[in-house]
Amino acid sequence: MAYDVAIIGAGLSGLAAGIRLALFDKKVVLIERHTEIGGLNSFYSRKHRTFDVGLHAMTNFSPRGARNTPLGKILKQLRFRHEDFRLCPQETSEIRFPGKSLRFTNDFEFLTQEVAEQFPDQLDGFLKLSARIREYDEISLENRSWISARRVMEEFLSDPLLIDMLFCPLAYYGNAREEDMEFYQFVIMFKSIFLEGFSKPLGGMHYILHLLADKYRALGGELILGNGVESLCVENSRVTALQLEGGQAIEASAVLSSMGYLETLRRCSPAPPQATEAAPGKMSFMESIFVLDREPRELGFDRSIVFFCTRPRFEYRVPGELVDVTSGVLCCPNNFRFPEPLPEGILRLTHQANFELWDRLPRKEYIAAKKECRARGLAELATFFPDFSDSVVFIDSFTPKTIHKYTGHIHGAVYGCPDKVKNGVTPVKNLFICGTDQGFLGIIGATLSGISMANFHVLQGHR
Amino acid sequence: MTRDEVRGAILDILSEIAPDENIESIDDNRKLRDQMDLDSMDFLDIVMELRKRFNIEVPEKDYEHLATMSGCIAYLQPLMLKKQVAN
Repeated sequence: MAYDVAIIGAGLSGLAAGIRLALFDKKVVLIERHTEIGGLNSFYSRKHRTFDVGLHAMTNFSPRGARNTPLGKILKQLRFRHEDFRLCPQETSEIRFPGKSLRFTNDFEFLTQEVAEQFPDQLDGFLKLSARIREYDEISLENRSWISARRVMEEFLSDPLLIDMLFCPLAYYGNAREEDMEFYQFVIMFKSIFLEGFSKPLGGMHYILHLLADKYRALGGELILGNGVESLCVENSRVTALQLEGGQAIEASAVLSSMGYLETLRRCSPAPPQATEAAPGKMSFMESIFVLDREPRELGFDRSIVFFCTRPRFEYRVPGELVDVTSGVLCCPNNFRFPEPLPEGILRLTHQANFELWDRLPRKEYIAAKKECRARGLAELATFFPDFSDSVVFIDSFTPKTIHKYTGHIHGAVYGCPDKVKNGVTPVKNLFICGTDQGFLGIIGATLSGISMANFHVLQGHR
Repeated sequence: MTRDEVRGAILDILSEIAPDENIESIDDNRKLRDQMDLDSMDFLDIVMELRKRFNIEVPEKDYEHLATMSGCIAYLQPLMLKKQVAN
């Protein structure tokens, strides 16, 4: 079969690219290794319950009518109305460190006020930092030289605690690099979390993904599920065919791959030298989902999302043990403005974790370790939050190993490679990267990535 | 196509691209970008829709002609006329 474009991976970036191309009558095929769509932001079912994975919340919330925000851009590019996404905004979130707390909402003035109260001598610097961020063009596709986000923060802020507190949520929600972050990525995350904010779609990831997949199919796009790309046959620096695990071969004039930069190059046959030169990402996470027999609010959990650190300094790096329970993210899906309360109380607890250590464990020890790490996480949490263990009716956990299994990302690295390929170009002429490793982060970012790469490399034909 | 028909065809495209915008009040002589908050991605869509609907190719160097409604009409009407004759 010959197509104009083959897209690898039916996550948000792949689906968005597919819609754009199908909209303008390209013959497109979307190939997904798993039997379910979604990739890093998907969902799964256990005992009649459907849980989101990846998604704690959608970042980049902007109200209806705001057309030049990332959300506004993806809505118009994919031809959706704001109400189609059924977004329910957050209540209040928080960054909680020993002795200090900063609350934030979808109104940036609220965070500014918190900084004014908690860190009065830093307010001026904070305002200047936010002005610098507002005027920065973070979605330019040009590759620029590396700027350290921590260095920029230090130019404006002198209190290391405030720097850590601002860095913590942005790192957890999108940083592929240990310790520091590239400044443009910091800008993307700062805007998406602090200047714009959180919401959740009514019906969760399941709803959003099917909204996109239905549109893609209605426009004539083809979707292959449960059949991964085994290899990309390369001749004269061009992909000539995609060999699927199921045995079929697919021909396409251009290929957009969302499976990761290195993951893509390593499947090229022959693989270009860059496939072993670039460093893979390592940041991965363990997450536990607790279903409660009551509203979390009744137990004292009234925030939408809390980013916490129980130690004075926040560290973001692959821990030397299975998990680092001294910092994390606690998400409470119930505390979003849904028209009706959710049927059950849910808390999700996320920690930094070490893929290699998890991967080494034999099956039996792996299961025991999940339990043990979860218990340690809860014990540490109890020093900072009310104890909710008596109200738990169902628990499930996933580890870096789970993420590796379902996304194919090397090391289960949720945010992919630290070095992004902003223009999506690879050493293979008709092969382009979209999604996590292109570098627009988060759910809206991934979607925008698929749109931008489809526009730039196929519709506008910058080859 | 008459001038009004060309204008109607462009309005159709704009309403598809920006369903939330009020296109009734467009001033033909002011820049579309300022009236409708259009960015470069939107202009790509206008060009793509012209290709899809009327088989008209607008090269990148001609994008400037699409800045205002009257500019669009002046640029597109002769091209649409040619298409009709060709058909």
